[in-house]
This record gives sequence, structure tokens and C-alpha cells, in this order.
Amino acid sequence: MAENLIKPENLVYEKTKVLTDRVMHYCPGCGHGTAHRMLAEAIDELGLQGETIGVAPVGCSVLAYYYFDVDMTEAAHGRAPAVATGIKRVFPEKTVFTYQGDGDLAAIGTAETIHACNRGENILIVFINNGIYGMTGGQMAPTTLPGMKSSTSPRGRDVATMGNPLKITELIAQLPGTYFVTRQSVHTPGNARKTKRALKKALEYQKLNKGTCFVEIVANCPSGWKMTPVQSNKWMEENMFPFYPLGDIKVPE
Amino acid sequence: MKELRLMKGNEALAEAAIRAGADAYFGYPITPQSEIIEYLMRENPVERTGMIVLQAESEVAAINMVYGAAGCGKRAMTSSSSPGMSLKQEGISYIAGAELPCVLVNVVRGGPGLGTIQPSQSDYFQAVKGGGHGDYKLIVLAPATVQESVDYVKLAFELAFKYRNPIMILSDGIIGQMMEKVELFEQQPRLTEAPEWATVGKKPGRDSVIVTSLQLQSEEQEKVNLRLQAKYREIEKNEVRYETHLCEDAEYLFAAFGSCARITRKAMEMAREKGIKVGLIRPQTLYPFPVDAINKLAGQVKGILTVEMNAGQMVEDVRLAVNGKTKVEHFGRFGGMIPSPDEILNALEQKIIGG
Amino acid sequence: MTEEIIIAGFGGQGVLSMGQILCYSGVMQEKEVSWMPSYGPEMRGGTANCTAIISDKDISSPVLNAFDTAIVLNQPSMDKFEDAVKPGGLLIYEENGMTRKPRRTDINICAIPAYDESIKMNNTKVFNMIVIGGFLKVKPILELENVIKGLKKVLPERYHNLIPLNEQAIRRGMEIIRTEHSLAK
Repeated sequence: MAENLIKPENLVYEKTKVLTDRVMHYCPGCGHGTAHRMLAEAIDELGLQGETIGVAPVGCSVLAYYYFDVDMTEAAHGRAPAVATGIKRVFPEKTVFTYQGDGDLAAIGTAETIHACNRGENILIVFINNGIYGMTGGQMAPTTLPGMKSSTSPRGRDVATMGNPLKITELIAQLPGTYFVTRQSVHTPGNARKTKRALKKALEYQKLNKGTCFVEIVANCPSGWKMTPVQSNKWMEENMFPFYPLGDIKVPE
Repeated sequence: MKELRLMKGNEALAEAAIRAGADAYFGYPITPQSEIIEYLMRENPVERTGMIVLQAESEVAAINMVYGAAGCGKRAMTSSSSPGMSLKQEGISYIAGAELPCVLVNVVRGGPGLGTIQPSQSDYFQAVKGGGHGDYKLIVLAPATVQESVDYVKLAFELAFKYRNPIMILSDGIIGQMMEKVELFEQQPRLTEAPEWATVGKKPGRDSVIVTSLQLQSEEQEKVNLRLQAKYREIEKNEVRYETHLCEDAEYLFAAFGSCARITRKAMEMAREKGIKVGLIRPQTLYPFPVDAINKLAGQVKGILTVEMNAGQMVEDVRLAVNGKTKVEHFGRFGGMIPSPDEILNALEQKIIGG
Repeated sequence: MTEEIIIAGFGGQGVLSMGQILCYSGVMQEKEVSWMPSYGPEMRGGTANCTAIISDKDISSPVLNAFDTAIVLNQPSMDKFEDAVKPGGLLIYEENGMTRKPRRTDINICAIPAYDESIKMNNTKVFNMIVIGGFLKVKPILELENVIKGLKKVLPERYHNLIPLNEQAIRRGMEIIRTEHSLAK
């Protein structure tokens, strides 16, 4: 009988308590759900739920505060690092993170991103890069690849007129305020586990007041890219990863 | 204990922020209010009271830092001057929408655009009608003296937490730059307990705290709007502040606020010497506006002249308050020009008495 | 008593601090005071001015267009403020660098060679104190002891050793100011 098997000693997986039971609004196959889970598990495993304050962005993860069971503030578009700065400065002992997409972090919020990193704010910035504006319906993002189609680059991104994709993670890694900068993905169980390790490391560094930790997660957007989830993951591996190679960019010496 | 000092308006206001028990100031330099952040950096209040002072990368960042700190239940403030205040409007709208307390200071200079660094009152509309997007109101305090700049900081924090609403201190280049005698209030303690709506980290047994101005369901957003409107009606009932001078026998009335009210008072004294029975009403809160007081005076006088350092902004609220009972005209200088008492008296004679 | 004063000159001549010293001194004498500077780029090497008001009663406007006294320290300031002196009021001007004499006949006019005097005293920094001395000679609205108290407030403590020199400068100013045109005659 199955009922007899459901016992604490037989448990191999349990949803972290840092995620609420609310059904996520993300599209099927989207990377946000896994990214949320990795961050929530990292917070849970380090015992930080009661002292964590998160900052949600504007974009697909605008409602992230419904899913993370921690105190959260919803920031204006691009302003999450400034909001997080305000929180961290009045609560230096709390754990503070922002969770932002590419449009939020690397277009409208570039100034806030760079200056928070340059001040070395003791916060974790989680950056979801899927190369597209998901929530507004698939427009070009600052990280959209050359030639990549979107509703505002219907013939593909023409870098001569639309500019180049911005490798903001490499850019902020140059700043003395950043301590740990890495690029990960969550499209396979192995990658998801690596992402969680990186997030845990970043949260631990925050406790040690080491400076800004920055975890980019390259993610798929099946709806925006107009692909099935499986196709989108394959496309990501073949197109996104060569341009945005996975791995640590800045590690503590 | 009386502590009398001769201080610049901006510096006195900064000192008042420390003494009011503020937790955090975030700002960006802009003339004519940079003395506020300069004074705070010099005083280094983190050593006096634990108050944090941070120079942000922009006005936009500064107001969002205020938003973050205010969401933590802290006494947070920022200051700027007109062009910088325009940049802050997005953040102010979010703070009003999320119903957080904070104190905003606008040391107004002339506009539009980069305008001039000289004193002006041309941000009246922006301050009292909302400023950013959406249906919201700030409580707007208009100091006319360095003393009021000090006292209003303490009052602003009290009102901000009482109503969970952003409070604007609408100063100008004159009040900010001038020196006057000022009596400083004693050091107030900083807050020790966070309110239940603040993000402090989720405690066992309670839901997580969410600070947001977002409601995707229209039904829910309308409830938010209705709650805000109910709050504003309460504010209109409780928080109207104004001052009158020589109104008892007045046949004519000046209406002016801030530094302009002081120049107008001089004009009133000159008019009285000429035998013209003119009084002055000075709204100290621009929102909520002293509607009833002005309406009552409108029944007594033959005409009202508003005097403003703008092209005619408060005059619209005066006309609404008067509701046709008497003639209302406006006299203003703008672009950083300051009206002289002579000009004001002349305008009274031309536009109201002779007009 | 209400004394409405405009002090104007080049940036660096101590124009703003002269107004502040007068106001601090007024506070020491339990007067109401107000000080309003010109501000902005014009201060950086250009002309600077401040309005100082000292009164027995509440001060309404801190900004004025007519003054009881104008103290002008360069030609542009004389050009700008000579006409702003109320009829019967006082104009004090520093002679050095002026290209013309004042033209008004309905006001009292005094000249003070403060710059030359400060060179004689081997300290051009006391220039503005010499001017204050001259002003207080003509308009004795403040006691010297209160001016000294005011100076102590304005000067950082490390400069308090210079107060005797400043007092000497004030006294010199009182001696050297010269009436050029008097309505009392």
C-alpha cells in the first residue's frame, strides 16, 4: 500500500518551507520555478528564513513575493539594488537579496546595479538572463543575442542599429565591490545543483560582509522564444551558452 | 532646555533630522540644498545616534533606498531640489502606493527643465496634486522660517508614521539658504520596535510581510484606492494648519505660503501704514489645504490676492475654496525672481482694490 | 530699531561673513536677525552679496529691495546697490578699485580706505573687520563686546587667538571712516 510508504524515514524529497504552496504563474518549462527553488533551498539549508528580506523586480518574477516565504519588498523597475541598499543599510545584520531579470537589471536598472556592486553592498543579486522581455510579451532585451528574433527585433537583432548584447556580469566582475561573481543555469539537475551551491556560497559570504555577490542564471523562455521547453533548452545550450559561458567569473582569492 | 543657534535653513533642517531620531538619509547633491547632505556627512550622525547617511548615485536611487529603508519600519528621508524631485516621483508614487512613511524635502528652485538655481515656488502643483502617477496625496508642509524647517522635520516623521504616508516639506532657496535664530528641540530616541507591517525577517507563526504597490486584480486595486481616499479624508479633517495676520478687520486678504508669505507680510505692513485694511493667510499645510478658513474669510473681504513665486498655482486652490464668494487674483514673479514688497502692494492696489 | 543692510563685493572679500558676524552679534544683543546670501556660480570669483537684518521686532521679509545701509566693496556693487539705499539712508564704500564717486545726494555717504589700512596692519584678512568697524561707528546699533562675542561664534576655535587682532581692526575702522556727504549738515 502506498500510504504505508509515506513515512518520514522514507522521505527522499520534500518541498522547502521557504517556498509557499501557491501555484506559480510561470509558463510551463520556464527556468524561474527551478531558480526560485534553488534560492529557497539555499536560504532554508542555511537557516536564514527568519532573517532574510528579498526584493522582487518588475518583469516575470514581479510576483516572486508570493512564492518565497520570506519578507519581501516589490521594487520599481530596475531599482531593486537601490531598494536592497536601503534595507541592508538599516539592517546590516539581515540577509538581503534581489531577484531580477535582464531588462530590470541590465537595461533600466544598469546604474543601480553598477553602483550597488561598486559600493560593495553586502547583498546577493540573483540575475535571470533569458535574453528577452517575458512579461511584456517577448520584446528585445539588453541581453538578446545578435540576430535573435523578438517582437521588437522581428528580423533579428541588428547590432548596427540596435546595439550589442550587454555582458553585464563580466562588467560588474571588474568592480572592486564585487566579491563572488558566477554564471550558472538550472536547465539540468546537475546545473541546478551547481546553482544552489553558488547561491549558498554567496549567502555565506554575505554573512562575512565580503561585498556584493552576483549570481547570473542563464535561463530559457519557451513562450518568448516561441519554442517547446525541450527545444528552448537545446537552443539555449547551442546559442546562449557560447555567448554567455557558464562558470565562475570572479572568485575569492 | 532652550538651545538657540543662528543657522542656515538647510543645515538646521539636517540637524533636525538627526534630532528627530531619523534612521537613514539618502540623497544626491543639487543646488540649493546640498548643505543638507554636506551637513549630515560632516556631523557623521552614525556616531551620535546611529543614523545612516549615504550619497546615492542618483535621485532615483536615493528615493528607492528610502523605499527599502521605510519598508523596514525605519525613519527614512531624502531631500532634493526641483529637477531632482522630478526624478524621485516614480519612487514617491510607489511609497505612497505601498503606504510607507517617509520624509521628503524639496528646496524649490525655478523651472521648467534645468531652470535656475534661484528660489521659486513653481513645484506647488507637483507637491500638492501628487506629482507621480496614480491617485495619491502627500501631506505638504510649507515652512516660512528656519524655525519651521526644524519643527516640521519632527512633525513630518510623526505624521508619516501616524498615516503611513510620505510627507513633503516644501521649502525653497530662500528658506534653505538664509540664516535665522533657531531653537532646536532635544534629541529624540530612534525607533526601537518595528511596526507589524515592516519587513524585518519572517517570524515563526506569522505570514511573510510583503511591501508592494501592485494589485493585478482591479477589484483589489480599487479597494486600495478607496482605503487611500479614506485616509486622505481623515488627513483633511485632522491636519490642516495655517496662520493668519490682521484678518479681524481685513477688507482685503493676501494668501501666500513659505518665504513668499514673509515678503507679503512686509507688503501687508506697508499697506496698513497707508490705511489699507489688508490681512494675510498663510497655509502651513498646502495639502491638506485650509479650505474652510479661506472660505470663511472670503465672506468678509472684498477680494483676495495670492502672491506666489510661480505663474499661479495655489491661486487655483484658493479659488476652489472661495467658490465664487469673492474676487481672487494672482500676483507672481518667477524664474528665480523674488517679488518685492512694493510690487506686491502695487498688485493689491491694481488688481484687487482698483480692479 | 530695524536696520536693513546689503553688503556686496567680490567673492573672497569676506562679504558673506561680514553679514554673519553682524547677525551673530545681533543675537548676542538679543535682537532678531536674518541673513540671506546670494548663492550659486556668481559667488565663485564674481560678485557676492548678502542681506543682513537686525531688528528689535520679528523680521518679515528676509529679502528686500530697499535698504537702510548699503556697504559696497567694488564698482559693480556700487552700480547695483547705490539706488537701493532708502532716501536718508547710508552708503559706505571702499575706495580701492572704485572708478567713480557715488552720485546720490539724498543719502549719507561714507568712504573707508579699508584695504590700504589692512596692508598697514600687515593682514589683509582683517579687511572686512575694518569695514564693520566703520559701519558701527556711523550706526552704533551693536555694542563692541557683542561683536566680539559674535566673532567667537563665527570663527572656529583654532582662530580665536586672532580675536584681539580683529578687535583692533574694528577699532581702526571706526577711526578711519570718513563722511563724504551728510544730510545732517
